[in-house]
Amino acid sequence: MASKKMSDGGLPVIARFEVRHRNYLAPDGSINRPLPAFASDANLLTALYRAMLLLRNFDRKAVALQRTGRLGTYAVSLGQEAVSVGIASAMRAEDVLLPSYRDNGALIWRGVKLEEILLFWGGDERGNCFSGSVEDFPFCVPVGSQAPHAAGVAYAFKLRKQPRVAVCMFGDGATSKGDVYEAMNFAGVHKLPVVFVATNNQWAISVPLRLQTGCETLAQKAIAAGFIGEQVDGSDVVAMRAAAEDAIAAARDGQGPRFIEAVTYRLGDHTTSDDALRYRSADEVQARWKEEPITRLRSYRVGQKMWSKAQEEQLAAECHERVEAAVERYLATEPRRPETMFDHLYAELPETYAAQRRKLAGEGDA
Amino acid sequence: MPEVTLVEAVNLALARAMEDDPDVVVLGEDVGINGGVFRATVGLQTRFGPERVLDTPLAELLISGLCVGMAAQGLKPVGEIQFMGFLYPCIDQLVNHASRIRNRTQGRLTCPMVLRTPHGAGIRAPEHHSESTEAMLAHIPGLRVVMPSSPERAYGLLLAAIRDPDPVVFLEPTRLYRAAKGEVEDNGEALPLDVAFVLREGRDVTLISWGAMLKETMAAADALAADGIAAEVIDLATLKPYDEATVLGSVAKTGRCVIVHEATRTGGFGGEIAALIAERALTSLLAPVARVTGYDTIIPMARLEQHMMPSAGRIVTAARKACQFS
Repeated sequence: MASKKMSDGGLPVIARFEVRHRNYLAPDGSINRPLPAFASDANLLTALYRAMLLLRNFDRKAVALQRTGRLGTYAVSLGQEAVSVGIASAMRAEDVLLPSYRDNGALIWRGVKLEEILLFWGGDERGNCFSGSVEDFPFCVPVGSQAPHAAGVAYAFKLRKQPRVAVCMFGDGATSKGDVYEAMNFAGVHKLPVVFVATNNQWAISVPLRLQTGCETLAQKAIAAGFIGEQVDGSDVVAMRAAAEDAIAAARDGQGPRFIEAVTYRLGDHTTSDDALRYRSADEVQARWKEEPITRLRSYRVGQKMWSKAQEEQLAAECHERVEAAVERYLATEPRRPETMFDHLYAELPETYAAQRRKLAGEGDA
Repeated sequence: MPEVTLVEAVNLALARAMEDDPDVVVLGEDVGINGGVFRATVGLQTRFGPERVLDTPLAELLISGLCVGMAAQGLKPVGEIQFMGFLYPCIDQLVNHASRIRNRTQGRLTCPMVLRTPHGAGIRAPEHHSESTEAMLAHIPGLRVVMPSSPERAYGLLLAAIRDPDPVVFLEPTRLYRAAKGEVEDNGEALPLDVAFVLREGRDVTLISWGAMLKETMAAADALAADGIAAEVIDLATLKPYDEATVLGSVAKTGRCVIVHEATRTGGFGGEIAALIAERALTSLLAPVARVTGYDTIIPMARLEQHMMPSAGRIVTAARKACQFS
């Protein structure tokens, strides 16, 4: 963009910045550049593949549940599975994840049960109880408002000299919010151990990226906060995992925050309440199917003779079974009693609200 | 016991809390070497270091959001917002996160944070520095809203707020920061967060107020006493949750109630108290409940602000009218 260059007028340049782009696997599964070391670990690649496939199966089932009235509004990850899976796979158990509402894949990797995610989208707070990663934040629905929390969590790690990292995930729309910039700015000031991940799936519901920012990349937003931003092919799980490993290691090592822009595409609707054909063409979506991450990794592994049809079938059956079992447990979970809406409102419920609780429970007439 | 101002009492409580608990962290704009715009945090950074007393970038939303993140990790952050007019970017964090993270995670994550901010008009400050929008905060479930009216209560209530396992918005009456003086023993003793204080007992009329307005309310009680009217004065002190029992008990005794607040009338917290009395103490009433409040307009700048705030005279008039009602 030539228009962004001002005439120099003989003035010296006092700072220059650059943004790098990371990609290893081409959409057809061929290799664009030498793979990182972990890619020789067949078990790890299988785990990444399994997590993405599980997520896609889970999403499909969740939409079916929603369409049949057994689940509330749901946000699918279709097409962007590599982002949440790649990021979470590079985290340690003791790190803390601050997810947006479309980061199911990361939570599942970190031990949150499928039925918990269904409970959340089914309208039950117990879905946020989170087995496994008990210090992770719940799904954040108000866009980007979890970014300051991530900075606060990372500040606590630094204050207590704990070698832990906060990982904050949000979408391209969130980068337009002051919340995100305020958090990044503070993280930059204190060199906090936090990694910000923007899943750039091109669409914030119906608003395309070009109406979200005048920047060439979202990654460069990190420059204004004083740290490195990298753009990554978010449909290449190898690239996502590698970028996350680097960023998290740097943050843990005291080098300060990092920003990852994961460029991908939301193949599905925003949520089950959305109809994306209102604002983008079927042709656009069809073209993007060529880039999606699951086929990409499978093509690579098949090409390398590292993956067989039998393995694929076995894994598909395993994912199907896991999802079905979780759905059964979800559907068998009775709603809580109405008066439990007062539970965990305060550490100890003040008497004036306890009286309302008793009334709701049918005890007394407060 | 030494006599201190209200802002000095705030400082004492902060220092005591930080001394007692290494998890207490103070953050805000200019709270470090400058000691805060009102000097509430003076000396703390020197004593406890810049990691525990940190000057944040100039971003109020950030301050409240940082508190939520820190608190989820078990720290006890005390954020300062310089004036209540700058609190509003924090509302998203207070409503969507601080007040509900415990409930929405079913107790897995909690939010033991305090957000302090000066409250009210009367110091001839610039625009946006004289707000009293406490009712807005008291409407948020899961939050506690506290407002002291004396150095002693500022000390005890702030200690309680910091030790409380839930989020507290702590509103400090700007006008009393230096005007209110009193003896405070720095003994680390907290006051209860849901008990109103009866500042003066009386049988004829109940005057209920909070924050800086207690000054005018107490002056009104003196004037009424000269007329032979014994007013009972209640400092509500905690607006959420508030002490219904003390309010109802007093009205049952006096049969008359005047509620005084600086904030605008419509939707003000006085309406909540009047409704409580209507629901639970109607048969005790000898006169309609009266409200003496700010007018339903924008708080004017310095030249007119004193006309907005209830005067002792307005309170006396309302109390007399209640006593003469038949």
